[in-house]
Amino acid sequence: MTLSHSQSAQTLPFEPLMQRNAAITEARWVRATLTAIAILFLAGFLLLPLLSVFVTALSKGIGAYFASFGSAETQAAIKLTLLAAGIAVPANLVFGLSAAWAITKFEFRGKQFLMTLIDLPFSVSPVVAGLIYILVFGAQGWAGPWFSAHDIKVVFAVPGIVLATIFVTFPFIARELIPLMQELGTDDEQAALSLGASGWQTFWHVTLPNIKWGLLYGVLLCNARAMGEFGAVSVVSGHIRGLTNTMPLHIEILYNDYQFVPAFAVASLLALLALITLAAKSLLEWRFADQLAATRRH
Amino acid sequence: MSTATVAINAAARAPKRAIPGFGTTLGFSIFYLSLIVLIPLAGVFFRASGLGLDGLWHVLSSPRVLHALSLSFVAAFIAAAINAVFGGIVAWVFVRYEFPGKRLLDAVIDLPFALPTAVAGIALTALYSPNGWIGELLTPLGIKVAYTRLGIVVALTFIGLPFIVRTVEPVLREVEKDLEEAAATLGAARWHTVSRVILPAVMPALVTGFALAFARGVGEYGSVIFIAGNFPNLTEIAPLLITIKLDEFDYQGATAIAAAMLMISFGLLLVINLLQAWARKRGGTQ
Repeated sequence: MTLSHSQSAQTLPFEPLMQRNAAITEARWVRATLTAIAILFLAGFLLLPLLSVFVTALSKGIGAYFASFGSAETQAAIKLTLLAAGIAVPANLVFGLSAAWAITKFEFRGKQFLMTLIDLPFSVSPVVAGLIYILVFGAQGWAGPWFSAHDIKVVFAVPGIVLATIFVTFPFIARELIPLMQELGTDDEQAALSLGASGWQTFWHVTLPNIKWGLLYGVLLCNARAMGEFGAVSVVSGHIRGLTNTMPLHIEILYNDYQFVPAFAVASLLALLALITLAAKSLLEWRFADQLAATRRH
Repeated sequence: MSTATVAINAAARAPKRAIPGFGTTLGFSIFYLSLIVLIPLAGVFFRASGLGLDGLWHVLSSPRVLHALSLSFVAAFIAAAINAVFGGIVAWVFVRYEFPGKRLLDAVIDLPFALPTAVAGIALTALYSPNGWIGELLTPLGIKVAYTRLGIVVALTFIGLPFIVRTVEPVLREVEKDLEEAAATLGAARWHTVSRVILPAVMPALVTGFALAFARGVGEYGSVIFIAGNFPNLTEIAPLLITIKLDEFDYQGATAIAAAMLMISFGLLLVINLLQAWARKRGGTQ
């Protein structure tokens, strides 16, 4: 619909007749006012904070900006963030594929309930998400004594950070894949299987090519959240500098130390990641709209 | 409806479960879900039940905890209401009107989903502090945003915006122009058509978006703690109080607040699911 609109607008020297139907649109001043309100609201609430991150980061010049990344603690934080996302995203990718396969290719009782449970982490406060792992793995937790007896540190160490990251990003990929694979149905897979393909071959050569863009979409969103998670990770990390600080936690420490340029410099890296994520996401929505779940088509 | 027909087709054409992997994928999914989500979450309720009703009440009825909980809920409610109005306008403008830069702005709407909350927190604080870009303009007017409850509402409005816009947009796009034309033909003024025909159709989506933004706002932590100032009994939100109790090794206090918040979020989740079922029903009868 939007495509034909823009095409006709480009090729025709006049406005198409259907474009403005006075009965079902608003007076010009109403349209202008509403558009202005929407643009001002978005600019003030979204663009200005984004801009201020980069302006503050560069406020003492480009040299100070790059010097911010020189400290060993900052580099350790960047590495830990990459590690946590590098484990959490693939783990949730495997889960997302497996859950979507079970939910969309088969009928079973309690399917709706299972989907609600998968969404559960979205409605849990990040702080509570961190707390639950302290209650399980902490010194006073259920599993705490067993783990400390085997000299494995979970809470206030890297495994706890990874677990908390997995929890908060848990539903992302499954949520993208389930509606998409529901729309695609099972006909392609049935055909491949009846022609003699094995289950794995069907998955690799039939299902995966069908869902690759939806999968990438889910991975992008999952990764953005994994690298940016603050509350859950903050609770389980114990804030040990150079050891259990991720980038968002490091930003907090720098900020509370009044080191604004380094704090905003690290923040600008994450803001850049957010921008890249948004750009890639929009590109997928425009180029491969028909290969994403219906709710993602614009 | 469509899943039912798929099931019938499959049953008619092929023997049941011709597609392999049911046991493995469902088994793994349930195992992973239990390990990461269900068992740890159950742990909170198990711990909280160990406190007993008296113990829970003792923690939750302390003035500081009550204040933090009510602040989190009231601020999230106000922010969601602001977003329902402005997010509704944004969705309307993006679906119905054309203007330069529309595609770019459309991509920016999802920024709060993509931008880490800590980054949003320090950026908003820098903007609204007395010598920030916006704070500078508001201070002469006597309006203080940073380190006040107003600041908490600002942060939660930032966080909640995409929930409303992205829930309302698809529904608004599907509203039948025929209905509007019919209303206009029958003599309805434009404003009447909007309030009597379009608004009822998008209402379930608007309420769902409100509930999603509200639920997210209640639990939000990262973007709020920088701008709030975190004064006890004044600008201290419930999630922050959990971390304070943990730092003081008061695990029981932290667990009690967490259990209360979880109960309320699950209640909200139930409401959201019912709303979405209601919206589907209404969509189906149109």
